[in-house]
Amino acid sequence: MLATRALSLVGKRAISTSICVRGGHGVAKVDDYALPAYFDRRENPLPDVQFVTELSAVQKSLKEKEKGSWATLSNEEKIALYRISFKQSFAEMNEGTKEWKSVIAGMFFFIGMTGLVVLWQRKFVYGPVPPTFESEWKEKEVQRMLDMRINPVEGFSAKWDYENKEWKK
Amino acid sequence: MSLAKPAMRGLLGKRLRFHLPIAFALPLVAAAAFKYGVTEPRKQAYANFYKQYDTTAEFNNIREAGVFESVRPTGK
Repeated sequence: MLATRALSLVGKRAISTSICVRGGHGVAKVDDYALPAYFDRRENPLPDVQFVTELSAVQKSLKEKEKGSWATLSNEEKIALYRISFKQSFAEMNEGTKEWKSVIAGMFFFIGMTGLVVLWQRKFVYGPVPPTFESEWKEKEVQRMLDMRINPVEGFSAKWDYENKEWKK
Repeated sequence: MSLAKPAMRGLLGKRLRFHLPIAFALPLVAAAAFKYGVTEPRKQAYANFYKQYDTTAEFNNIREAGVFESVRPTGK
C-alpha cells in the first residue's frame, strides 16, 4: 500500500523505465552493438538482419508484392528487393582495393631507411676489417688453394691453366 | 539481365581434374631436367677428368708447391 502511494508521487513515466519494485533488479538497456548486425562477408552469405531497417512506402509495397507470386516481379523490382536485403553484392564486396600500392610504397620507404642506417653504421660504428681482406693476403690465399687443387674437376682449380700459369680463357 | 546459373556442384572434381595431372607432370619434368641437365654432365666431367689423371705426377706437383705436411719439397 505504501509502495503504490509512493509510486503515484514518482509519476507514471518512471514506472515504465524501472521495474525496481519487483525483485530489486532493473531491465538492462540494450546497446546497438549487442543486437544482431548486418555485415558483408564472403563466408557469411546470409546475415542476421536485412540491410535496410526502415522501409520507405515504395519499399513496403514492394515487400507486400513479394509475398505473392515472384513471376510477376520485374527485373528492376527483383534488384530493388535484393538491395533492401543486402548492401553489396558478392562481386562488389570481393573486389580488390588499391591498398597494395601503399603497402609497396611503405616497404620501399622502410627498406631505404634501413639502408641509410646500415651505411651510417658501416662508417661510424664498425672498426676496420681484418688483415685477411688485403689484396696481398688474398693473392697468397688463391695461390695456396690452387696448389692444394681445390675442386679440380668442375670448380675452382678446374678453371686454372697449370701449364701456362694463368686462368683458362 | 538473366545471368546463367553458376556451377553449383562438382567444383572440387573440376579443380582436381585440372591440377592433379599438372602436379604429377611438373615434378617429373623437373626431375628429368635436373638429371639430364646437371647430374649426367657432372658424371661425364668426373669420368673425363680421371681418364687422363696421372696420380704420381699430380702428387709431385703438389709436393713441390709445398702444401703437404708429411713430405717436404725435394731439395733443401
